[in-house]
Amino acid sequence: MLRTIGRRLLLLIPTLFGLTVLLFFWVRALPGGPAAALLGERATPEAIERINEAYGFNRPLPEQYLTWLGRLAQGDFGNSIETRRPVLEEFANRFPATLELSVLALIIAVGIGIPLGYWAARNHGKLFDHLSVGASLLGITIPVFFLAFMLKWLFAVQLGWLPTTGRQDRSIDATHATGFYVLDGLLTGEFDAAFNAFTHLLLPAMALATIPLAIIVRITRASVLEVVNADYVRTGRAKGVSKQIIRNRFVLRNAMLPVVTTIGLQAGLLISGAVLTETVFAFPGIGAFLANAIFARDFPVLQGFVLFIAIAYALINLIVDVSYSFIDPRVRIQ
Amino acid sequence: MTLVLTGCVQSQRDDEGGDSAAPSDVNSTFVFAGSSDPSGLDPAFANDGESFRISRNIFEGLIGVEPGTAEAAPLLAETWETTEDGLSTTFNLKADVTFHDGTEFNAEAVCTNFERWYNWTGIAATESLSYYYGSLFGGFAGDENALYESCSADDELTATINLTRPFSGFIASLSLPSFAMQSPAAMEEFGADDVGGSEEAPEYSEYAEAHPTGTGPFTFESWNPGSEVVLQAYPDYWGEQGQVQEVVFRVIDDPTARRQALEAGEIDGYDLVAPADTAALDEAGFNVMQRDPFTVLYLGFNQTVEELQDPLVREAIAHAIDRDALVTQVLPEGTEAATQFIPPVVNGYNEDVTTYDYDPERAQELLAEAGYEDGLELTFNYPVNISRPYMPNPEEIFVALSGQLEQVGITVNPVADEWVDYLDRIQGTADHGIHLLGWTGDYNDTDNFVGVFFGAQGNEWGFDNQELFDALGEARQIPDPEEAAVAYQAINEQIAQFQPGVPLAHPAPSLAFSPRVTNYPASPVNDEVYNLIELSE
Repeated sequence: MLRTIGRRLLLLIPTLFGLTVLLFFWVRALPGGPAAALLGERATPEAIERINEAYGFNRPLPEQYLTWLGRLAQGDFGNSIETRRPVLEEFANRFPATLELSVLALIIAVGIGIPLGYWAARNHGKLFDHLSVGASLLGITIPVFFLAFMLKWLFAVQLGWLPTTGRQDRSIDATHATGFYVLDGLLTGEFDAAFNAFTHLLLPAMALATIPLAIIVRITRASVLEVVNADYVRTGRAKGVSKQIIRNRFVLRNAMLPVVTTIGLQAGLLISGAVLTETVFAFPGIGAFLANAIFARDFPVLQGFVLFIAIAYALINLIVDVSYSFIDPRVRIQ
Repeated sequence: MTLVLTGCVQSQRDDEGGDSAAPSDVNSTFVFAGSSDPSGLDPAFANDGESFRISRNIFEGLIGVEPGTAEAAPLLAETWETTEDGLSTTFNLKADVTFHDGTEFNAEAVCTNFERWYNWTGIAATESLSYYYGSLFGGFAGDENALYESCSADDELTATINLTRPFSGFIASLSLPSFAMQSPAAMEEFGADDVGGSEEAPEYSEYAEAHPTGTGPFTFESWNPGSEVVLQAYPDYWGEQGQVQEVVFRVIDDPTARRQALEAGEIDGYDLVAPADTAALDEAGFNVMQRDPFTVLYLGFNQTVEELQDPLVREAIAHAIDRDALVTQVLPEGTEAATQFIPPVVNGYNEDVTTYDYDPERAQELLAEAGYEDGLELTFNYPVNISRPYMPNPEEIFVALSGQLEQVGITVNPVADEWVDYLDRIQGTADHGIHLLGWTGDYNDTDNFVGVFFGAQGNEWGFDNQELFDALGEARQIPDPEEAAVAYQAINEQIAQFQPGVPLAHPAPSLAFSPRVTNYPASPVNDEVYNLIELSE
């Protein structure tokens, strides 16, 4: 098993290398350069020329690419054009926020999605089934930003229960050792701080969880329906195997395989999909930063962040593959 | 004392309404939402509004502005005198002023700041860092175009600045945050000029990241990138400290998110309220304020397009546009229709400038005269997904204008771009027709408007009018403000005759505040210092 994981990790290297080529040229194919974004509406052509000169944007593309790659090999992702700080540092500052948000969103999506999908399948053709299918269709189609504004309008503006922006109230003087605010509060025993950070997470996490939740409901439902009607389940029933064993061992376990794949895919999407949600909630994670970088043509940030996300995606995929073999011993990763 | 804002605003306000609280009873933390992080905290290396907003509370310049106006006014210099040739200005400085690090503000400090700007080299001397010094002072040490010559500290509180040639906007330009006075000791200690790790990866100095040190009413406390910048009242401030003891600049990128944060009581105010939101916020009891317009929105003509070279066509378009309808239909409250490319409060505004009133019939006649009786087709460029102080809603402005143009028989061929691409296209290429753009002035100087637009040949306008370029170049060097105003009035008339585009309006940017904010020093040039804020609870 360890050898297989090692081999998979080695395979990442050529994959990422290919990605750097695509990424580098794609980012530069975007119209508009960083100079105009940086200098505003009255930049003179000479000023733009000077910026391009200073950042090396006027050099031949292959030369720029090789310089970038050489730096990457040394772990240097360059500096953000906008903030002038190292991309790696910017990423390290913001990633915990996004991860915390994504994890909560995933917990919501999985924690509600699987039971809901299972119950829908168990009540196949009844009202509850129709309701959950309808609701999940709505969840997939509703635009995230619209949902986010509605959630804020209801829970923050009208009811005043939850905050609309940020990660924690300023009045809370909390220690941040890990950068995960909820975890920090729990670790240091500052439960008020942890709770406060949690309230800030709730609305964006709900908005972010909607699409994966809807997808997980549908996949779970479909998968359970398929397994319930499988021969081995019928045989088990005929042989008088207890209902509990049929449900847990026969149905749930086998139905989970496609669900786990979906969860893995959705987990990767959550991290990259936080762009809109974080912007709408002024949540200082990588999503909001990335959105701004796209607008500002901040090449070093765009390249660095997409690369990080790609690595995260690949690792999540690996974890999903590994978890297969635990759920179903027949599946062995080779 | 710092109270938590959240939650206590809406419910308590009504009960306590009548009795106006004493200063010590108010929540002295003021939370303002900006749209992005500052680019840095050293104002000499900044040129964006969010950096300046913060700078203005930490730093002060020799020259300020009269609150609520664009007029230059004494600040750290109490009086000043310029020699008749316009080359030498002596500033008499305010006494007993200290920087936040406890060091004294004096003539030596003034010279240190001027010498610092003048002697920048390398990446520090590029437009991405020192945009304003580079463009207003003509260049750096060794540059033959450099405006600055020398500075002398005549005594403790008297400093003289010598220029190589007169510059009519010299005093007004010193009100820009870029030319604020910074503590020489702090700049030295935290390496303020240590910018640019390498050419490809310039970096701000430690000073610009964490140790900005000025003489203003607030000192820098902390900066949490992506979240907020916090300032605290400076106990030894020479002037009135006011009610606000702590200022928090929150970063909320999305305009709707800013509005919801205000409605939820998380912030006390925000800038650039969407025109569609002002009425609703006002009705809901929030304080909506307009800055006096210091902006101009125009429809530019690109004269590399053959049709637009014809003065008859340009005049026809001017007559086809109903500015008043545009102002009432799509622009924010407080907006004034424009007759020229500078707002009325700027020196050199010409009351008697030639105007082209809305007259669709005349427009059709002119088009026929120009040989386009069967209609004319023009490319109309406009940006999307952007809100600028002079153009809060470009899509709506485009729709209104294209409707008016179609009415006189001009068919528009719309080309929309995202903002950065748009600027690239308009200013970097000749590939555009008529287009929307504008400007918010930095300080009260005509050159900062028309000089920026028409001072030299460029891609945006595509014309070569040496007479106009020369007139602007000469006006820039008139030291006497009154004389300069006369010259600029003539230039504004010259521009009105030539018609490089149609000045449309001077939109007024709106601000919105929670009801507890009873007074906010709204300024046309955004010179808003928070010791002047008044709070009721």
